[in-house]
Amino acid sequence: MIGGHTIDSIRSGLLAKEFSAEELTREVLAFAEAENPKTNAYLTLAPERALAAARTVDAKIAAGIEPGLLAGVPIGVKDVIVTHGLRTTCGSRMLASYIPPYDATAVIRMEQAGGIILGKTNCDEFAMGSSNENSAFGPVRNPVALDRVPGGSSGGSAAVVAQGTATLSLGSDTGGSIRQPASFCGVVGVTPTYGRVSRYGLTAFASSLDHIGPFSRTVRDSARLLQVIAGRDEMDSTSASTPVPDYVAALDRNVRGKKIGLPKQYFEGLASEIGDLILGAVDVLQRLGCEVREVDLPHTPYAVACYYVIATAEASSNLARYDGVRYTARASSSATLAEMYRVTRAEGFGAECKRRIMLGTYVLSAGYYDAYYLKAQKVRALVARDYARAFEQVDAILGPVSPHPAFKLGQMVDDPVAMYLSDIYTITGDLAGVPCMSVPCGRTGEGLPVGLQIFTRHFNETEMFRIADTYERAAAS
Amino acid sequence: MKISEEEIRRVAELANLALTDNEVAQMARDLSGILTHVDKLNELDTAGVEPMAQVLVSTEEAADGIANLREDRERRPLRNHDALANAPLAGSGYFKVPKVIER
Repeated sequence: MIGGHTIDSIRSGLLAKEFSAEELTREVLAFAEAENPKTNAYLTLAPERALAAARTVDAKIAAGIEPGLLAGVPIGVKDVIVTHGLRTTCGSRMLASYIPPYDATAVIRMEQAGGIILGKTNCDEFAMGSSNENSAFGPVRNPVALDRVPGGSSGGSAAVVAQGTATLSLGSDTGGSIRQPASFCGVVGVTPTYGRVSRYGLTAFASSLDHIGPFSRTVRDSARLLQVIAGRDEMDSTSASTPVPDYVAALDRNVRGKKIGLPKQYFEGLASEIGDLILGAVDVLQRLGCEVREVDLPHTPYAVACYYVIATAEASSNLARYDGVRYTARASSSATLAEMYRVTRAEGFGAECKRRIMLGTYVLSAGYYDAYYLKAQKVRALVARDYARAFEQVDAILGPVSPHPAFKLGQMVDDPVAMYLSDIYTITGDLAGVPCMSVPCGRTGEGLPVGLQIFTRHFNETEMFRIADTYERAAAS
Repeated sequence: MKISEEEIRRVAELANLALTDNEVAQMARDLSGILTHVDKLNELDTAGVEPMAQVLVSTEEAADGIANLREDRERRPLRNHDALANAPLAGSGYFKVPKVIER
């Protein structure tokens, strides 16, 4: 049963010779081939690369060499993360045939650890969206309810794990793009501390906010995957040299005396069904010895406005490189260089990308910089200070991931402001750069998954995983 | 904050983006809606607040700002052939673009 596998069950199966990495890879590839049309979660499967990696793992095991922490584990990689020789589209027409000449650092580290990259997962164009409906290659359907969105922008990465067509996946998070789809699809999704994972090879959207992070079915597996991909990389000067602990070894299921904060701003006006599930999870942790108190994150109501200035400003600059010269797509006919730029970009970008490029260009343009961009950077400092103050009182902050569960395809596409506002609970974490994650905490009356969000201090993923793992075990029993 | 169609056309020029008349009208509506929400930031008094451009990593390295740079040594760059492999038009080892200078 492919969907039931974890990193540990694959490792023990391989070492006990119950199956080889090649057999497992073939089985998962066939399963993905058969199941993918239901969800459109994979854009590209990579059987040759996957089987070659699997044979390397098998050869190591046969030779008695340690095969690595992710030995034989099938992994999906969000299509904004580059893979050498394997098409990387960013969900955009602009890059529909782009074949990267190098691998992202996170990809290299996973393969060095014996991980098997099965393919590239669908996403909102250049990671801009909250529903995966902005992909040029069609939306992803939520495996839990096929008429609903999987969330976004890492919708495909959440869906492959939920569907069982991968055991792990990589996503990217700029304003909630890992945690929100994890919540919608009922899987674990982690946004590590800013700088914890190298972004070398992550197609830049908003560089001061972009993160790479794991998806998995269990907290333990995300902890293991983060351990593999985290750490200093000289190819990314924003990657931190803070040592990477053994996150899995620290999962001792002891949360006695831990102080948990509930931000009052996260529960005001929250749908009672979601609120009840979150408070139910808090209750479980309280019974295991956590102390719960209210905390104040007073600038939360300003986070969405702040984010959509900063993120679009950075995006307008980062996406300027797609001009018809270097990256595959070029306007079919254009007499001058200037016209070629303008028409290439008009043809290559979808509506949401254009909207964000325009907004970002506007807020950076002469006369508006101070009023918008500088103002937003100051408000960002206030949001970060909210967290710093709260973490003087508590070890972790808990709350909802999203104000609602997965919505129906098409339900929100015509209202960008409403779509943006639904990111309210995730955006603050990215602005402050603190580690945060979504762990499943039950389902609504309609059977839709809901995620519990956990935030901890910078570089304290250990505490975040400990609380999440403890809750997950308690909730399962 | 209302943004006019004229302003949208000016910003589209800056962004190197060709927009149709319909897109201009739609963009004016969408951006006005978003900027109206963004105006909320003006409710906050930010006098004396330092702008936050980057998440500060509070290690010694961040303090001196230099240790986070990699060692300055020779390394093999992307080969010319690989760098040009995704170009829509290339030749003689260069990216090709429409003629810029008239003879």
